[in-house]
Amino acid sequence: MTILDLFLTFAKIGLFTFGGGYAMIALIEDICVEKKQWITPDEMMNVTVIAESTPGPIAINCATYVGYKKKGLSGAAVATIGMVLPSFCIIFLISMFLDNFLDITWIAHAFMGIKVAVGILILDAGIKMIRKMQKKPLPRTIMLCAFAAMLLIDLFALNISSITLMLIAALVSLSVFLVKQRGGKEAVGK
Amino acid sequence: MIYLDLLIGFLKVGLFAFGGAYGAIPLIRDVVLAYGWLNDEMLTYMIAVSESTPGPIMVNLATYVGSSQAGFPGALIATAAVVLPSFIIILLIMVLLKKLLKNPYVQAILRGMKPCIIGIILATGLYMILHNCVDSSIQFSLNTTAIIMTVVLSAVYFGSGKILKKGISPIGLIGISAVAGIIIYGW
Repeated sequence: MTILDLFLTFAKIGLFTFGGGYAMIALIEDICVEKKQWITPDEMMNVTVIAESTPGPIAINCATYVGYKKKGLSGAAVATIGMVLPSFCIIFLISMFLDNFLDITWIAHAFMGIKVAVGILILDAGIKMIRKMQKKPLPRTIMLCAFAAMLLIDLFALNISSITLMLIAALVSLSVFLVKQRGGKEAVGK
Repeated sequence: MIYLDLLIGFLKVGLFAFGGAYGAIPLIRDVVLAYGWLNDEMLTYMIAVSESTPGPIMVNLATYVGSSQAGFPGALIATAAVVLPSFIIILLIMVLLKKLLKNPYVQAILRGMKPCIIGIILATGLYMILHNCVDSSIQFSLNTTAIIMTVVLSAVYFGSGKILKKGISPIGLIGISAVAGIIIYGW
């Protein structure tokens, strides 16, 4: 794998990332995990968690992570620039030359189609992750609660960030771990 | 100076924007209005453009605001500023990650966060599909065209993996859906 490959791959992902970071997870899964095998599914899960719990666009976080892992600092820079460059050029041209971008009918109509695809891709990314999830009661419960909570937040436009849900999940899991650990020590003590 | 303002303004956005672009919009709005770069109406328009063009929404907005305020150098500075904080944070995490991942407490936290993000992603996907299928102009009326499109595209996407050895890729699906949108809704 060359540094050029890294650049071109992320430029491709950047060019086809619509509708925010979650849709891009499906693209990165497909290209970086399944086709090129640059990172393992478990690493992809870690990146997603890290990306969600650090500031900044998820796409940038993922590009930096994969780039650094494959080629160090220069890899991180190249992958991140690759991710940003296509949209940078497109937006720059639009802002310079197109005052009425949204009035162009065929683009608006193409986007109505793309919106449908984005929903499917996000769902697909989630389903693939469920398949790889630990089949134990605690992760399953957390997953279902997060799903229900997020759906309610979206449906009723509640002002609760997904970060809050992530923090709660982290606290629950940590508490369970601490309780178990203490239980284990007491058992050993007896 | 406009370049310095763009740099500081978008560093702020990049540093404090948690949880994806939609969570960041109020923050972006504060920054952009505080500097007097845009009014509410222009911002709404730019968000809509950023959504319908490829790339992370936050980065698109930065490029757009930067270029409308100070041309190409402005676009470059604003874009770099919005990307830089997450770039540096991820690098720092990766340098520390190997040690951190072996820590049992960190592992316990990650064990909780992983299923949580899966739930969040599933809910976001489902909500997006529901949102597309309900006509927002008329309350609670179903958008039949969008429902048919969703069903057909899902069947094509998920079905192709079962029939062909290599199913349609996510990029392929985006291409097909864009063409389908133009065919169905007109040129």
